[in-house]
Amino acid sequence: MERTRPIGDVLLQVDDISLSFGGVQALSGVSFDIRRHEIRAIIGPNGAGKSSMLNVINGFYHPQQGRITFKGQTRRRMRPHETSSQGIARTFQNIALFRGMSTLDNIMTGRLLKMHRNFLWQALWWGPAEREEIEHREHVERIIDFLEIQSIRKVPVGQLPYGLQKRVELGRALAAEPELLLLDEPMAGMNVEEKEDMCRFILDVNDEFGTTIALIEHDMGVVMDLSDRVVVLDYGRKIADGSPDAVRGDQKVIDAYLGVSH
Amino acid sequence: MGPFIEVVLGGLLAGVLYSLVALGFVLIFKASGVFNFAQGAMVLFAALSLVRLMGDDVGMGHYVGAAAATGLAAGFLVLMGWRRARPQTPMPAQARWTVLIALAALGSALAALHGAKGWSGWVAVPAAAAIMGFLAVAIERLVLRPLVNQEPIILFMSTIGIAFFIDGFAQTIWGSEIYTLDLGIPKDPMFLLESAFEGGILVNQLDIFAAVMAGVLVVVLAVFFQKTRIGRALRAVADDHQAAQSVGIPLNQIWIIVWTVAGFVALAAGIVWGSKLGVQFSIAQVALKALPVLILGGLTSVPGAIIGGLMIGTGEKLAEVYLSPFIGGGIENWFAYVLALFVLLFRPQGLFGERIIERI
Repeated sequence: MERTRPIGDVLLQVDDISLSFGGVQALSGVSFDIRRHEIRAIIGPNGAGKSSMLNVINGFYHPQQGRITFKGQTRRRMRPHETSSQGIARTFQNIALFRGMSTLDNIMTGRLLKMHRNFLWQALWWGPAEREEIEHREHVERIIDFLEIQSIRKVPVGQLPYGLQKRVELGRALAAEPELLLLDEPMAGMNVEEKEDMCRFILDVNDEFGTTIALIEHDMGVVMDLSDRVVVLDYGRKIADGSPDAVRGDQKVIDAYLGVSH
Repeated sequence: MGPFIEVVLGGLLAGVLYSLVALGFVLIFKASGVFNFAQGAMVLFAALSLVRLMGDDVGMGHYVGAAAATGLAAGFLVLMGWRRARPQTPMPAQARWTVLIALAALGSALAALHGAKGWSGWVAVPAAAAIMGFLAVAIERLVLRPLVNQEPIILFMSTIGIAFFIDGFAQTIWGSEIYTLDLGIPKDPMFLLESAFEGGILVNQLDIFAAVMAGVLVVVLAVFFQKTRIGRALRAVADDHQAAQSVGIPLNQIWIIVWTVAGFVALAAGIVWGSKLGVQFSIAQVALKALPVLILGGLTSVPGAIIGGLMIGTGEKLAEVYLSPFIGGGIENWFAYVLALFVLLFRPQGLFGERIIERI
């Protein structure tokens, strides 16, 4: 597939990240980078530390060791609401939507950081606050069109089937207009048709908005099709890093997936 | 006709008082999914702080402490305003501390100069509000923050602990006797509609004051929740902590805001109940009367808390007057709970609560 936006400089660099929970070493000395406009996959067997890695990038976990550099700014620890105001948005492995709210409201929460009017103005619902709300609403409607979920705009998301919930969650992340989008198993539990839709959305997001994407996925076919580069984790260590083809042929990766006696 | 209307009106006005307490519960439940068992204790704490600051027989330390708290709270507001006005140029950390310490010191100095003469209501009410704000900050830091992402039941259990702590703490620092609260709210009974009925309808002016205050609170809170960005953030936090954080909602600040607002509502309830009954330990028990109100109105609805309170107030007064000849007196004491049981049987989410249907 031809790209309209070429892969650029390094957007996010993680250096020598180690994370442990008590005696369990979830990540040890992991380093890699993510370049602007690329789709970067993180793969590995269950329990390899993939989700922990995303949680570290997004600020849910604070690594005991290592540095994260995002847009040239280096940090040791940062809280989730700070990373999201810097331009990192994410979805979750086990969908984390606001189940009592409608699809529209869920996606609107993604715009919260972009709303600036004082709450007194908002309470009055008049003048600048009204214009602001309308402006954000328009943006959200564009996302709803893009993800083809017009028909469920007003439905509380708790009532939606799984595949659609995943799509709403993607919509909420997109509403924040992130520079880096983290997707934790965006296609888990989907049927073939839903997976194809989701793949198309991910490619479109990457191509049309130029969003950089890091994704965790178990479906190897999907990973090989979508991603520009792949990093492979096993038992919290990086065992391979490179293009899909290079990774697929790597003996260590094959061993990790098939299991060999050491 | 006259007596009937008088009973109904009396019931409605009593109901307003229940609603005021129930409101505090609804606020915290809506915003954090936590049933705050400590709301009654917060009413007691707010009322005790207020009444003792207005009196003249607590030690100087109490006044100085309260004044420092007020100064600090004012300082925080100033700094927040500053940050909003100039998001680009953050104040250096040093300057921030200087502002806070200066305002706290100024407050304490004024308190010391003023001496232990007792404060007027105009000073004591904001001071009590500031104290409730600090209580909220303390609860967030010490109890809620370590429990992020835990089940609601665990947060609920922790509020039971908070309730016991505040009950004891409030009485330790402020004393545990019965104190009369006089803010200058008119209390005399008066007659309404004397031209329409013979003898008119007897109501207490304090009850009318409480009704007006509850009305204002409901309008303000409803607008706050429905129309503002913070309102949407609050609902998001109640639904899912992790997801809320990931869209950039600062969980800790939201919790402080909610508990502070609940503290203000507790203060409002404390003022009304305290003026009516005197400030004493038993107003913490008022919270129990709020439970049937919540079940009737629905845990998630601000208007529901008000209407539930009114229905229970009226219901129990009517039952007391018109049923007691048949089944004996004392109906007022149990009527609310029996009504709540019936509501639970037929409409578990309450009259106005959200009914959540989920796919499993």
